[in-house]
Amino acid sequence: MNTAKEALESISLAIIGSGGAGAMTAGGILLEAAGKSGWHGMMNRSVGPQIRGGEAAALLRFANHPVACMSETYDLLIAIDWKNANRFAAEMPLKSDGLIIADPSAGDVPVEVSGSGATIVEIPIKDLADSIPGGRENMIATGIAAGFIGLSVDHLMAVIAASLASKGEKAITASRACVELGMEYATKQKRTFTISHPRKLESGRWLITGNEAIGLGAIRGGVRFAAAYPITPATEVLEWLAPSLAEVGGALLQAEDELASINMAIGASYGGLPSITATSGPGLSLMLESLGLATAAEVPLVVVDVMRVGPSTGIATKSEQSDLNIAVYGMHGDAPHVVVAPLTVADCLYTAQWAVHLAEAMQVPVVVLSDQSLGQARVLMEKPANLAFFAKRKVWDDAGEQPYMRYAITADGVSPMALPGTAGGQYTADGLTHSPRGTPSTRSVDQESQMQKRHDKVANFEYGSHWGLIEGDGDTVILTWGSITGPAREAIRALAAEGINVKLVAMRLILPFPLDDLMASLEGAKRILVVEQNHTGQFFRHVKSHTDLPGEVRQFHRPGPHLIGAAEISRHIRDWVKS
Amino acid sequence: MNAPTTKQFKDSDYKSDINPVWCPGCGDFHVLMSTTKALSSLGVPPENVAVISGIGCSSRIPAYTNCYGFHGVHGRSLALAAGLKVARPDLTVLAMSGDGDGFSIGGNHFLHACRRNIDMTYVVMDNRVYGMTKGQPSPTTEPDWDSALSPGGTGLSPFHPLVVALASGANFVAREFSGDIKGTAKTLVEAINHPGFSFVEILSPCVTFRPDEKEWKNTVHKAVVEPTDDPARAARRIMTDDGMNTGILYRGNRAPYRNKVTGKGSDPSVLEAMFEV
Repeated sequence: MNTAKEALESISLAIIGSGGAGAMTAGGILLEAAGKSGWHGMMNRSVGPQIRGGEAAALLRFANHPVACMSETYDLLIAIDWKNANRFAAEMPLKSDGLIIADPSAGDVPVEVSGSGATIVEIPIKDLADSIPGGRENMIATGIAAGFIGLSVDHLMAVIAASLASKGEKAITASRACVELGMEYATKQKRTFTISHPRKLESGRWLITGNEAIGLGAIRGGVRFAAAYPITPATEVLEWLAPSLAEVGGALLQAEDELASINMAIGASYGGLPSITATSGPGLSLMLESLGLATAAEVPLVVVDVMRVGPSTGIATKSEQSDLNIAVYGMHGDAPHVVVAPLTVADCLYTAQWAVHLAEAMQVPVVVLSDQSLGQARVLMEKPANLAFFAKRKVWDDAGEQPYMRYAITADGVSPMALPGTAGGQYTADGLTHSPRGTPSTRSVDQESQMQKRHDKVANFEYGSHWGLIEGDGDTVILTWGSITGPAREAIRALAAEGINVKLVAMRLILPFPLDDLMASLEGAKRILVVEQNHTGQFFRHVKSHTDLPGEVRQFHRPGPHLIGAAEISRHIRDWVKS
Repeated sequence: MNAPTTKQFKDSDYKSDINPVWCPGCGDFHVLMSTTKALSSLGVPPENVAVISGIGCSSRIPAYTNCYGFHGVHGRSLALAAGLKVARPDLTVLAMSGDGDGFSIGGNHFLHACRRNIDMTYVVMDNRVYGMTKGQPSPTTEPDWDSALSPGGTGLSPFHPLVVALASGANFVAREFSGDIKGTAKTLVEAINHPGFSFVEILSPCVTFRPDEKEWKNTVHKAVVEPTDDPARAARRIMTDDGMNTGILYRGNRAPYRNKVTGKGSDPSVLEAMFEV
């Protein structure tokens, strides 16, 4: 019955079920097993606002190359049940030659799903689970998925044994039986597929979410203190940091609100510890006044904003790139600071570590603009190299200049900072306009010279090549920032296969604006498509406020929650180039 | 181990050379004096003390000390202080602010600082008025106090900081009068030495906008009872007093907040194992 599996470069599948059905667990097991098989992959989730009993879908993509974003169309959909499935249908359109695995006892396939024209394959998931003592439907679904895509049984079993170790041998045995049964059913089917030419493992593979990568990057960079107030979709940064900071001798302090959390981080940093907090748009709004304090008092600080759909409460569980304006322009007064944005899930680690380095080196707050599509996505990535970004603060000791002037005007604008406990270095950090000594002042000479110093230290810093990512060449350019880098990359990959060469320029450094580097990267450009995920084109306006772009310029932007995908971007370019 | 320091400090070692912005006769001058007196009698080196404040007349105090200081934004002194103490448990941390800063804009932090019970001392200079903005009613102002912002008075019951502190879990609750410099210094020493979160309200007259408070020196009186570790007794005592009795009114024995930076731990590379496939 079973014919040879079709070999694909990339496979996308979704497992859906009502909340608590275990779709996410199934997805996690498949992704990890895929990693053991040397595949690349990524998982995102689609969840409703309900804690339990709502809808949940594990969205998975496997490939033979590093994947930077989810697919826009799906090869395989496995439904544990159809409760609330109509809400998901728009998010996971099936290919017309795709497959729908449906349990006949769960009722008819909703028209939103069957309308795709994909082939419906009936497998009695519930009955199969019931036939095994302690059997669970999500484990049957795991087996079905693994059978269809040709995942190694050994790798799958190794992951299940490890993840269920605490639940005992009985649970592992039941799960194994479920997975084997599911696989058996799947491999009987007419059409199955697998990943072609998976790459050999070299440096080992990691499975990590963007939010975890932010946390690890921060600790690698030297962060030893975090302050926390929970908010979707940033909470996992803080939940990962809590035990991890304790492990490395640091601490996480849970705050009563974001007004407190940012101030706790400022207080700890004033005490000498590289410090971080993480939030999302509503929390960043509350933090702005104190972000200004850190700017004026020159306290190093990293604030991570895992952006979600706004304004106001918006859609907490969905992604958008709409906090650029508030992060760049949100503070009252002139407040030179730094804003950076990770480009991919793997880049969350790099950018977070760099952010700590920048904050400490310049004694300035750094806002990291991640978003839900990075933060809550779990990816398989090559084990990352160690980076040379470490917190290195210019600290005053009693060998320094006397009497101590906390805000002394220096050549690079960075003044040595005395840490509490250092005799002779006592000063009062202040958000009031102050003299070089730190004494409150209303004199224009102090306002002007301190303002200039704070401006210069940020403007004249050597950011090097880290300001952005340039890939490929050609006179057609996709200019973007942050998480859109992933779909832009995939779009460029697809276009290259059609013979259309497109250059990617993705900005990691948003503020201060890297004008010279950007203009150099755009030299000779004839067409520039500026892509971003928000309603007003905040990034485009930010760029335009600094420079005119060469050649013809077009914009493609729209708000969340529906993620901008590679096919949409490539369509814009294709239509433009061919017109 | 370092040898114990034998250096004796004078009160003046804790005072800076900056002239306060306070009006002549302001009670906060006395609070500054009692604070420097308390620190010198504790013998803690000035560089190991951090004085953290918010915004308002009283919150100007850090720069007038010769300690490390942080004059932050309005209402957030307790959050700054909490972060600093968890990060640097070796420091003596004082948060010092006023009734508007501490009980109005910073009210939520007050509740949670009491609950959290981090080992630090919170001093609120209560003059029952916003002074720096020229005389508006604060949470502790009497309901019938007339002002441009609330003509005829607010009609609101005053906030009762000591009861709120007790109900929220503060481990040490005291009231003092700024004019009693020796008594206040003595209480501050006890507050700083007491483990956990210590709250000291200091009645500190505003001679400019509340000249009636000059009378406080005649109306305050020492509490005639010993401190108790029974919160129910303390609550009854505080609820039924006239708001002018001074002294240590509650001394609890709740264990302070445990979580802190130790500086001793594994190399960050140990965290990487969890990501390996």
